[in-house]
Amino acid sequence: MALTLEQVRHVATLARLSLTPEEEQRFTTQLSAVLDAVEQLQALDVEAVEPTCHATLTSSRLREDVMRPSLPPEKSLANAPAKSGTAFAVPKIIE
Amino acid sequence: MQLTDLTMLELAEKLAAKEVSSEEATRASLARIQQVDPKVRAFLRVDEAGALAAARASDARRAAGSPAGVLDGVPLGLKDLFLTEGVETTAGSRLLEGFVPPYDATVVRLLKEAGLPLVGKLNLDEFAMGSSNESSAYFSCHNPWDLSRTPGGSSGGSAAAVAAREVPGALGTDTGGSIRQPAALTNTVGLKPTYGRVSRYGVIAFASSLDQPGPMTRTVADAAALLQVIARPDVQDATSSDAPVPDYSADLEAGVRGLKLGVPREYFTEGMDPEVEASIREALREYERLGATLVDVSLPHTKYALATYYLIAPAEASSNLARYDGVRFGKRAQDARSLRDVYTLTREEGFGSEVKRRIMLGTYALSSGYYDAYYLRAQKVRTLIREDFTRAFQQVDALLSPTSPVPAFKLGEKVEDPMAMYLMDIYTLPCNLAGLPGLSVPCGFTKAGLPVGLQILGRPFDEAGLLRIARAYEREHDFFRRFAPL
Repeated sequence: MALTLEQVRHVATLARLSLTPEEEQRFTTQLSAVLDAVEQLQALDVEAVEPTCHATLTSSRLREDVMRPSLPPEKSLANAPAKSGTAFAVPKIIE
Repeated sequence: MQLTDLTMLELAEKLAAKEVSSEEATRASLARIQQVDPKVRAFLRVDEAGALAAARASDARRAAGSPAGVLDGVPLGLKDLFLTEGVETTAGSRLLEGFVPPYDATVVRLLKEAGLPLVGKLNLDEFAMGSSNESSAYFSCHNPWDLSRTPGGSSGGSAAAVAAREVPGALGTDTGGSIRQPAALTNTVGLKPTYGRVSRYGVIAFASSLDQPGPMTRTVADAAALLQVIARPDVQDATSSDAPVPDYSADLEAGVRGLKLGVPREYFTEGMDPEVEASIREALREYERLGATLVDVSLPHTKYALATYYLIAPAEASSNLARYDGVRFGKRAQDARSLRDVYTLTREEGFGSEVKRRIMLGTYALSSGYYDAYYLRAQKVRTLIREDFTRAFQQVDALLSPTSPVPAFKLGEKVEDPMAMYLMDIYTLPCNLAGLPGLSVPCGFTKAGLPVGLQILGRPFDEAGLLRIARAYEREHDFFRRFAPL
């Protein structure tokens, strides 16, 4: 299935990627080729088939809903690109 | 005989007999890295101080008569996808350059508790996305058997480091073949355990329903010993299994007499290198000589596995990689002025081509209007693929196939053609879709001296069976005694 440049731009917006014009061109070609290759799945009748999410999982492992020690704030913040006190800092979003 | 020529268990024996100390073994590993890694480029980072401190602690335990286990003191390498407290972990990405994890992955904690000095972090395709290690944001890793070729991916650094005898063993991760394919291309043993057998907690996620960590070693016995350390239920991984962990070394020498081994006809089709096929056919005859019965089986949905995988894995990746937003960790684009800029510019600058391509593909497959046609349909086909295996395992004990359709290819050969690269995983990824265990064991060399790997697939949680079948073949051939020419 051939993708248009517009579709590639839309998907990039959804994916929070800002692509260069060169990347937009390249991905339009390459993603179209990959989508062509996966098109064969449309030939199968899967109407009555249940989807598989986890191949071997029967049920999720659950634990008691109780407080447990967690990472202290200084460790949680140690890799933050910008911080303010004990918070992650981001550019202002409200004028 | 150099210390670095020893397998993990050979070294463990010498440590137990106090013929050698862990510090000596670890220093030998570090020296070997210094000597050969400028050519191989398997390591992104060496943690000399941490490894030597762990080695001295191991020696102290030995001296006190209380080793932590069989492998106490045996040095190991880690794919740079495992969080290691205090040691930079990048997933091969610029986006995580400088990221120093505040905690250990569960498997890293288990390895430390078992006393293995961790010598460093190994090169990989960025976020484990790739089949040649060329999508590492730092540098490509080279195959020790021919430095102009790739060691395979994405655990190429792990495979190359073991093949180059820089470390006797390493951990990798396998989402679509990333342990087995590089093992096959480097004459090493690679085991992808059953999904849920080994904890994924603290392993940087690529595709959560497929990822599974596992051992990469020179021998089958080493793989069994290393799996024994890391296979454990884990409350911190909701998908980790409670299935009991057997003694993986117990039946290793039991042979294959009386076993039924399936040969899936869909795995022997066009596109396979003739020399690879010849090696695999010879291995099949060997199993017959050893007393196994070969059974022709069919996995009719095999031809849909690649398409299914390349919808599901990118879809899960696009969701997992949404966390790299430049806010909590990793790099943030310097000139981002708004919050939206922080997201988009950080991701534009931080991710390489292959990662962006897969995020785009996954986002598309999950987007409104396409979810049913692509993602949901792929999950349904995944059921059909899994049922193929279930039916096959009603007839046979395990399945035999090539691991990779071709031997190691030249660096640069497939970089610009994603579909050609994706085809490298054609024999390995159905196993991930079905959650099954899979193993690659060395099974010979091409005329040009490039390794070939035999893949063995088994029932869920039958790692012990795969190891036993692999060992029966290894015992006849000893390919692990052949060293890469470095």
